[in-house]
Amino acid sequence: MTRDHDDISLPGWFLPAAAICGLMFAASPVLIAYTPYEAEMGLVQKIFYYHLPAAWMFLLGGIVCGVASARYLRSRSARHDRVAWAAAELIVLFGAITLVTGPLWARKTWGVWWTWDVRLTSSLVSWLIAVAYLLVRRYGGPGSDRLGAGLALFGMANVPFIYISVNFWRTIHPLTTVVPTLPTSFGIPLWFCTFTFLLLFVLLLRLRVRLEAQRARLDTLYLSLDE
Amino acid sequence: MSFLRILWLILRKDLTVEIRSGEIALTALLFAVSCVLVFAFAFVRQGVPPDGAAAAVLWIAVLFAGTLALGRTFDRERQSETLRALLLAPAARPAVYAGKLAGIVALMLGIELLLVPLTAFLFQDPLFAHPVWLAAILLTGTLGFASVGTLFAAMLVRARSRDMLLPVLLYPISVPVIIASVQGTDALLQPEINVAVLRFWVTLLTCFDVVFVTLALWTFEALMTES
Repeated sequence: MTRDHDDISLPGWFLPAAAICGLMFAASPVLIAYTPYEAEMGLVQKIFYYHLPAAWMFLLGGIVCGVASARYLRSRSARHDRVAWAAAELIVLFGAITLVTGPLWARKTWGVWWTWDVRLTSSLVSWLIAVAYLLVRRYGGPGSDRLGAGLALFGMANVPFIYISVNFWRTIHPLTTVVPTLPTSFGIPLWFCTFTFLLLFVLLLRLRVRLEAQRARLDTLYLSLDE
Repeated sequence: MSFLRILWLILRKDLTVEIRSGEIALTALLFAVSCVLVFAFAFVRQGVPPDGAAAAVLWIAVLFAGTLALGRTFDRERQSETLRALLLAPAARPAVYAGKLAGIVALMLGIELLLVPLTAFLFQDPLFAHPVWLAAILLTGTLGFASVGTLFAAMLVRARSRDMLLPVLLYPISVPVIIASVQGTDALLQPEINVAVLRFWVTLLTCFDVVFVTLALWTFEALMTES
């Protein structure tokens, strides 16, 4: 109960952190606008400053969701379950940003909106697994918490297999488009944006866990009122 | 009771029920045949099937029929409340999982026995040119799909809208199996088979089977325990 109580009340750092995050988001376009153009790709390269941090948060969400699910299956503590659920929603959010900004950049650089490259395919499938997780949690009814946890675990174990299979499939059927390696010098705006996205991730996760804890508390209160 | 004995008893029970009623085998088989026919109508133009379509069509039909069979197998257990009895029995949970898995694999392999000749016939592809490799791909691919499918179908037994959720969960997770099986079968259809490529796909499928069967055996108890 004390831990639930911890989840319900927002920590002291939350509001200042939210304010800083808002300011950083407001400042980021200015910072990106002032960075020099990349020689080959020009303006479109600037998508990277949002695309890559979003992709990293997508990955982070996957790790948080998987670890929280494994801990939930071991301990059955509702707290881990809430974290897993919140992380899955963030996977879908940041994954959507990644999957929308990626093709915008690819169209300019590779000339195609989509290619079955290993990163693209594994991102898409992981995103689909996260969407499936949310569908299970929403429509699965009783027992969907464990079902979701199992799905998250299997989803994590699946990633290396997707990676290997797509990589091999692609190397025996090479495409003419060149998959460019990531530029080496990202500079200040990239780390600035990464930190902004990370802050947003932590804030949203915390807020979502709080919402779920409040719901659980409300349910408990209803039940005690009935008795 | 030993692990193998429980496995055998559950497998024998499932096969006996199936031989007496024929419900799942016949329905899933007819569904798989209909799938192949639909693809034949869609793809074969002026009597000429497109190159290498047989591999894709075969595996799509196997996956669809497998999903149908998985859903119904556990639905039957739920309707007659026998799943509860199975879980109450003084038998190790992993053995129960292994028994159900063996039943599903046997059923799917039985369906494939008819499906492969039919696909080879309708798409005029030399699927039987290398029977040992074909058997290896069919066995490892089916086991990979069924290992995940059995676990999720078992977990979904009590969930609402389970018929809709099963494919939604199953297909993203089985992406590596789909890629490896289709590519492996496709490699069999080439005029000159590349043994290195075939060996790679069969090894990948075997690794997938080992990891996912182990993970399922390990998590089945935690996931199926009534809270």
